[in-house]
Amino acid sequence: MSKLLSNKLAAASIIFAASVLSACSDNNNNSNAQARDPVTPVAPPEPVTLEYEVSVSNLTAGQPVSPVAVFVHDSTQDKVFNIGSAASPALEILAEGGDNSMLLTDYESIAKASGDSPIGPGSSATLTLQVPVEVSAGLAFTLVTMLVNTNDAFSAVNGVDIASIEPGQSISWSTPSYDSGTEANLELAGTIPGPADGGEGFNAVRDDVNDQVTMHGGVVTSADGLATSVLGEQHRWDNPVLRVTINRVR
Amino acid sequence: MKKILVSLALMSSAAAHSAQLDVQITNLTRGSWFTPFIVAAHVPDMNVFSSGSPASASLQAMAEGGDISGLSADLTAINATLSENPAGGLLMPGASTTASLNTDGAPDNTVLSIVAMLLPSNDGFMGLNAISIPTEAGSYSYNVSAYDAGTEANDEILGSGAPGEPGYPAPPPIAAASGEGGTGVSAAAEGFVHIHRNVLGDSDLVGGSSDIDSTVHRWLNPVVRVVVTVSE
Repeated sequence: MSKLLSNKLAAASIIFAASVLSACSDNNNNSNAQARDPVTPVAPPEPVTLEYEVSVSNLTAGQPVSPVAVFVHDSTQDKVFNIGSAASPALEILAEGGDNSMLLTDYESIAKASGDSPIGPGSSATLTLQVPVEVSAGLAFTLVTMLVNTNDAFSAVNGVDIASIEPGQSISWSTPSYDSGTEANLELAGTIPGPADGGEGFNAVRDDVNDQVTMHGGVVTSADGLATSVLGEQHRWDNPVLRVTINRVR
Repeated sequence: MKKILVSLALMSSAAAHSAQLDVQITNLTRGSWFTPFIVAAHVPDMNVFSSGSPASASLQAMAEGGDISGLSADLTAINATLSENPAGGLLMPGASTTASLNTDGAPDNTVLSIVAMLLPSNDGFMGLNAISIPTEAGSYSYNVSAYDAGTEANDEILGSGAPGEPGYPAPPPIAAASGEGGTGVSAAAEGFVHIHRNVLGDSDLVGGSSDIDSTVHRWLNPVVRVVVTVSE
């Protein structure tokens, strides 16, 4: 609360100083200007920025996840996806091929970042987000990443309110796996982009049973009766697949 | 019934609280349907089911064939506040439905239970089990898991929805999504309610051991999300 108050006071004093300066400037040609009280020069204000640290742990046995896309955005805007609705092209491209570039371009946000590499099973990564706003009111957080040894599985934190996190506080989520509904889960050689196959990533054809995002049912694998699967038993998982923590640094 | 009566007598009136509830139910699965839901606000010391215990006959009828009439009668007998079949039939993958309950006339109904059969499965069901209804206005989310009623062998082949008869019932969308001619997975009824261990399925639509498609009908929990909105 004291932080909020001091931010507001700082903002108020900046506005006040600016109006004094502009009055002064209006009077530049006034010979009486020199008689006015001297105005203390005001340095340009430091941009007010919130800072969040995001850490992601991959909880699976054999599913590397693609470089994460993370966003801090307005909590009232559309989420990246909704259960029961068709995936956007940007989400399809991420969920089928691990390519987060279109989502990072398309999705409206106040701050965003990409992980610089995939996160392997048992590994973690940390990103920092500078959010150029004065207060956290109205902010939401989104993170999306593909389970790369699958046809179109992804995990996400989907537009969750982070307004109440004060500096030094954090929130954690255990995230499940979703299916983008854009590619049949046939697990065939040549259809999975991760190291288990090295096959195709994004393909614009939508051939899943329903063209909609749902929870994922997991992979079957050749070890469990799907003889044509390129996946092995180590590629199976259960929910949750990620542990995500967002910590407000300031 | 005796137990229920005793617990009613012991209940503190301070716990009583009436509420207007909107209960949104979303099928999160990729390829499973739910038969008609029964949504019930009821007294706290009664459970529609208990993990580790045998299913009641009414629960069995719901879990094997989607018939909620027995549960409806049981719950009505303890003055539960009910919404039956809010989706008006099957709730398809990815779809939502909303039930409204008002407990103004029954302030002792302070917990909420929801069950519905999961198809295709022999006796799988989603179960929200006597959660305390929040007393403060707001929206509250619950992730719901799939249970196995333990009353029927999970043979995974097309068959009957009648209690005690093998196989799973297949109304049109489930029949269209199922295979046929499976020889049946070797399995036995477990005898007690437990978290479902998922279907096996196979990839043979005209034979194999199962009529369930392994690449479509498996799930990982949660299978349903319930959002309860409590009004002032």
